[in-house]
Amino acid sequence: MAFESLANRLQNAFDKLRGRGKIDETVVNEAMREVRLALLEADVNFKVVKDFVARVKERAVGQEVMKSLTPGQMVIKIVNEELVALMGGNVAQLTMAHRPPTVIMMAGLQGAGKTTTTGKLAKYLQKQNKKPLLVAADIYRPAAIKQLQVLGEQLNVPVFSLGDQVSPVDIARQAIEHAKTNHLDVVILDTAGRLHIDEALMDELKQIREVAKPDEILLVVDSMTGQDAVNVAESFNSQLELTGVVLTKLDGDTRGGAALSVKAVTGKPIKFAAMGEKLDALEPFHPDRMASRILGMGDVLSLIEKAQASVDEEKARDMERQMRQGEFTFDMFLDSMQQLRNLGPFEDILGMLPGMNKMKGKMNVDEKQIARVEAIAKSMTKAERANPDLLNANRRKRIANGSGTSIQEVNRFIKQFEEMKKMMKQFSGAADKMVKKSKKKGGFGLPFMGKGGGNNQGGMNFPFNFKPPFK
Amino acid sequence: MSFFKRLRDAIVQKSEEVTQKFTDGLAKTRDLLVEKVEDLVRRYKKIDDDFFDELEEILITSDVGVNTVMELIDDLRSEVRKQKIENALDLQPILSEKLVNLLKNDEAADSSLNIEDGRLNVVLFVGVNGVGKTTTIGKMAHMFKQQGKNVLLAAGDTFRAAAIEQLEVWGERVGVDVIKQQQGSDPAAVIYDAIQAAKSRKVDVLLCDTAGRLQNKVNLMEELAKVHRVLQRELPGAPHEVLLVLDATTGQNALSQAKTFGQSAGVTGLVLTKLDGTAKGGIVIAIRNELNIPVKYVGLGEKMDDLQAFDPEQFVHALFAGLIQKDEAEEQENA
Repeated sequence: MAFESLANRLQNAFDKLRGRGKIDETVVNEAMREVRLALLEADVNFKVVKDFVARVKERAVGQEVMKSLTPGQMVIKIVNEELVALMGGNVAQLTMAHRPPTVIMMAGLQGAGKTTTTGKLAKYLQKQNKKPLLVAADIYRPAAIKQLQVLGEQLNVPVFSLGDQVSPVDIARQAIEHAKTNHLDVVILDTAGRLHIDEALMDELKQIREVAKPDEILLVVDSMTGQDAVNVAESFNSQLELTGVVLTKLDGDTRGGAALSVKAVTGKPIKFAAMGEKLDALEPFHPDRMASRILGMGDVLSLIEKAQASVDEEKARDMERQMRQGEFTFDMFLDSMQQLRNLGPFEDILGMLPGMNKMKGKMNVDEKQIARVEAIAKSMTKAERANPDLLNANRRKRIANGSGTSIQEVNRFIKQFEEMKKMMKQFSGAADKMVKKSKKKGGFGLPFMGKGGGNNQGGMNFPFNFKPPFK
Repeated sequence: MSFFKRLRDAIVQKSEEVTQKFTDGLAKTRDLLVEKVEDLVRRYKKIDDDFFDELEEILITSDVGVNTVMELIDDLRSEVRKQKIENALDLQPILSEKLVNLLKNDEAADSSLNIEDGRLNVVLFVGVNGVGKTTTIGKMAHMFKQQGKNVLLAAGDTFRAAAIEQLEVWGERVGVDVIKQQQGSDPAAVIYDAIQAAKSRKVDVLLCDTAGRLQNKVNLMEELAKVHRVLQRELPGAPHEVLLVLDATTGQNALSQAKTFGQSAGVTGLVLTKLDGTAKGGIVIAIRNELNIPVKYVGLGEKMDDLQAFDPEQFVHALFAGLIQKDEAEEQENA
């Protein structure tokens, strides 16, 4: 991982400043230095970072630290809230014309992904029972028209083209007529990529806008763009009055600070995020998730959502009850492993956990090892799984044979299991004290723990259970 | 003799026209960087923390990586302490020289391509989506054609819609043949065909296109490794060059791209495209500083001949043209 996560960096900074009940200037300054670096490393524009840091500082100084949080967590909380606010609170929708056809115009630099996004947008609209028309207005790049036609074929969407000898302005005009006569309700104009400083080509876009009177002018921005994103966005916005932004190539490993820059200088909402090579890989943009990503806090929200969707509520409650009583059996272990499995490959899950991202490379998650452990647990009899005390030497030998492992491995696993069990007991015995304890330790844990509410402490118990074993 | 004078003398021998292209293409970067540094030096009589903060800002805004900037600033701070520099003007030449050193290729890392007469030379192009691989191939085919070489193109991007057609259009423009299969076929098979065709047609240079792929897609990177293996197997010594095409607008992620593609495709050099936009070039400093892959070519415009061999001295000259003139004027005054 190229970037140290902000959470880790902040923790280091705060190790020096433990045990303060209030966020004073020193704490904030220390924290803001790290926040600033993290944002810069994520390619957020320098000026945007400056303003942002100033605003957060103002808000943070003198804040009481919430009971369940360390000062560091409190600062992250404020940073995250401000970031989400800056990125535009809610998911933005496409504006549809009262009288069809709705015209959507795509614009952007070369290679940002306009044509591909145009195809994806058509698919997205199709799913909403709209009838889109794709318009090939990129007459400059070799085979751009052909590319749109191929996409149209794949999607079964009509493509309007007049070849590459007709001016894009005329193409736009005739395309809209074509849509009207054929009762197509959304016209998407795929324009050629251009530099924002290319006056002739920017004029062409203005002319297309005059003629087509688009309901949406979307700037397509590569999420890997660096500091220059502000110049591009500012220039396109001042010349075309954008209505929104589409962020592409977000399935890469970029932190995507460009999103913040673009939003800050244009004030226009980011409406979509393109997340993959397939044509259905276009999603409404979630500002809150992007905020976490830019901060390097992992996509905590996605993880929680995923966990909620696939963890069997009832089983989790059951388990929680048992754990409160200090019980932890191999059955419960197998159950929680299974639920974890449902979330996807372990490595992905780890990647989504804040702080773990850094470990991802180093900590090789050995799926095979996990499978071996599961095999051991599965080779036990029901009675053994429910009552681990039964496991004597003979039984262990049988289990080793049954699972294709060795006695040593079985012993190691049982030992680990006993330790987990001990931990569970301590936890459940002192659930209330735990909150304070973790705070005193100055431990950062995972940012989604301790935000108040019982739903959070479960994070500590990873990988056993995503649901809280106690309140 | 001043540092800049030496630099300029080194360039004088080079063709004016090429220098002009660099200067024009990089005009935006240069204006931004140089004007800001000059302005800064003028405003601050004394060197203090604010001065360094602003300098940091200028460099970071040019996409010079955060790490590189931090190192540079630390260097300068210690230099100031050591030499007891108080006047900002006195720091300027030190700063410029440090920047130039960061940009210059090592002697070992030559920026010319490993192309030899009398054999089949294979160049493989890799990179993320939308950086300009196909366009760069078109331009490079034109360049080799101009040199009188027999060129063949391989349409290895079998994934993106109409990528094959795009390469074919370039083939027609330049007047070279394109080896292709259908969209969706195995790129390694296309490359295999191409190398057989190149052998039988006694081609001098074979340029292989590949589909754009994000460096974190493991499967796609494996596919690339396969293409690489096929080339190695079918022609000992091939590929002679693996060029990673980078979009100059890219921020810090360019480093990650260079690292990952370097590992799975054995990148031997970089092509930096779209340098004719605003505020570019900083990324080159970051890449030079943090990875040891030389920049070999730069794309400075949309025309067929807008691809230029990367010349660090000219690059630096273009970047710091303003500074150089000023330096000279002062020297004359002193004389």
